[in-house]
Amino acid sequence: MDAKGALANAFDVGELTFEPTEVAPNLHAMAMNTEDSLREYLRLFVRVPLLGRIGPLASTFDFVADAAPGVKEILGVGKLCWEVREQHYDLVVVDAEASGHIVSQIGAPRVIADLVQVGLVRDQTQWMLDILDDPDRTGVAVVTTPEEMPVTETIELLARLRSETGAHASAVIANRVLPVMFNRREQAIVDRLDEALPVLVDAVGAGARTVLEAARLTESRRATGAGHLDRVRAWIAESDDVAADLPIVTVPELFARASGPRVVSLVADALTDELDPDTVTSQRGAGRG
Amino acid sequence: MGDLDNLLASREMILVAGSGGVGKTTIAAALGIAAAERHKGRVLVLTVDPARRLATALGLDEFGNTPTRIDPSAFGDAGIKIRGEMWVAMLDTKAGWDELIRRHAPDPEIRDAVLANPLYENITSRFVHSHEYLAMEQLHDLHARGDFDLVIVDTPPSRNALSILDAPSRMVEFFGSRLLRWLTVPYRSRLFTVASKPFYQVADRVLGSRFLQDIADFFVLFQAMESGFVRRAREVEALLVDPRTAFVVVTTLETAPSHEARFLARSLLERRMALGAIVANRVLPRELADTAAADSAAALLDQASGPLADQVAARLDAPIKQVRSVLTQIASRFDDVALVAARESDRWAELAAMAPTMASVPWLDGDIHDLAGLGRLAGYLRDA
Repeated sequence: MDAKGALANAFDVGELTFEPTEVAPNLHAMAMNTEDSLREYLRLFVRVPLLGRIGPLASTFDFVADAAPGVKEILGVGKLCWEVREQHYDLVVVDAEASGHIVSQIGAPRVIADLVQVGLVRDQTQWMLDILDDPDRTGVAVVTTPEEMPVTETIELLARLRSETGAHASAVIANRVLPVMFNRREQAIVDRLDEALPVLVDAVGAGARTVLEAARLTESRRATGAGHLDRVRAWIAESDDVAADLPIVTVPELFARASGPRVVSLVADALTDELDPDTVTSQRGAGRG
Repeated sequence: MGDLDNLLASREMILVAGSGGVGKTTIAAALGIAAAERHKGRVLVLTVDPARRLATALGLDEFGNTPTRIDPSAFGDAGIKIRGEMWVAMLDTKAGWDELIRRHAPDPEIRDAVLANPLYENITSRFVHSHEYLAMEQLHDLHARGDFDLVIVDTPPSRNALSILDAPSRMVEFFGSRLLRWLTVPYRSRLFTVASKPFYQVADRVLGSRFLQDIADFFVLFQAMESGFVRRAREVEALLVDPRTAFVVVTTLETAPSHEARFLARSLLERRMALGAIVANRVLPRELADTAAADSAAALLDQASGPLADQVAARLDAPIKQVRSVLTQIASRFDDVALVAARESDRWAELAAMAPTMASVPWLDGDIHDLAGLGRLAGYLRDA
């Protein structure tokens, strides 16, 4: 949905358009575009006869969509629901907008149903709501990193999601999680390693000080991050807004140099290790870029 | 290289900008403390972050639209010597809009009709980046009142950094736009206007005439406030390029935020707005990227299971097995961190080439949650 070209980079394909591209066997990718979505909508539902007239019409609609509540969002979410309803794919994965905007995006059919009393668009909100509200068909995977702000936003989103959009959270995915380096007994040694610094410097050179510092920094970052993830865990356990068994899936920090297909396949491997294929039926994803 | 202290002394308005999640609000608060430490006078930090965390860190229960002064004794307790006064306020979009409508409505009837319109809240919270515009508007207001010597604004996180810079001109454009003309055409004349007839026909069918009418009603009222709004937006725009205003761009040295920071810095230049400084936040120590450290790590990995481990174990009086494991872990993980540090130092150099002043704040243990922590941050900023 967030057409900045990040998805095209991830698959290493030139540019993604509204028209899907097969980026790997059985894997298709597209980029949302409100104007194309409107064009398709008008063709399918309104049967606007003269295609030539849609051009200026579409740009005017874009203006209206900027000012009128819910119009732009419904064009996006409507397209997704349409793909699900027509069963063009077995699974539709949506790289949704950042967590601050996701509620107004998935919640658009509700806003439209509230604000628009008559008209084609209102009549079409019900089947979208049926798809979005059904936990067997739609799940929101909230992606976060183990840092203060992203975790706080994740909790805020989980608290609002069900009541304001009707959609169910299906997982929290914690990305870039640093691995545990030391067990408890080892940590006790690390904490006192300064006492042995002269021995280390003698043996491996003055850089030993920096090497120790790096380990200490990484461990401190890991511990701070783990504390933030504990906040999500505790919140899920206590909250009535999400299922008590909402899974938190972790993807390790990869330290990889490149982005693109290499990183994508590493992340996919990590996710495969974490996910139990029998329990995951999610159709949509949301989160921070 | 310039100096952040001088920037805080010479400007009257500082806008803190950058991507979300880079610590913008915290840096804005720390800049406020840095200014109050260095100079006499009244400093206001205007934030858009509704999180209670900043209020708690500043020792306040909460704060809102009206500036609140931070108790001078709280600074003393935190070991911070301030010479000036520090005030904070939070931007409240809804209250800000209400105030704007009250100010610009030509008469009480229009004012009440706008405030009571069913779409008012929905529309104002969405259109033409109203949040960004409100931040600019509030800044102008505070500056015009002249109550403060320095106003530091923590700008709203935007996906596109430009939206904050362009918000005032978009407001002006909106009033002159075809969209507003079309929306406010009286319903009866619509079907007779040749150019827009197909638009109305389709729009009616899809959105329903009632919804379009609600929108039209709102914008007809809104149009009555055009002259006030446009004049204000122009004043706000002038303020952004005023020599007394400067921007501070905050970023981490990760790929996406630093890319956005470079883009923002270039955009400021193009618009003739002043980039005062770039602050790199949560920076790894630079020596992590040094060859000496990498050499030591490699040597340590070689020796981690040999006599060195015995020596360390003896010195610490610790079991040899765990010592071996610890030394191996520390040595083998070093490359990952060194790689990140190397990338960071490359990005730091790229950013430094664009900024008159470049400040670095190291990654601090844990998060900032009190005044003393903010004071420590202010120290790093002033040392830049």
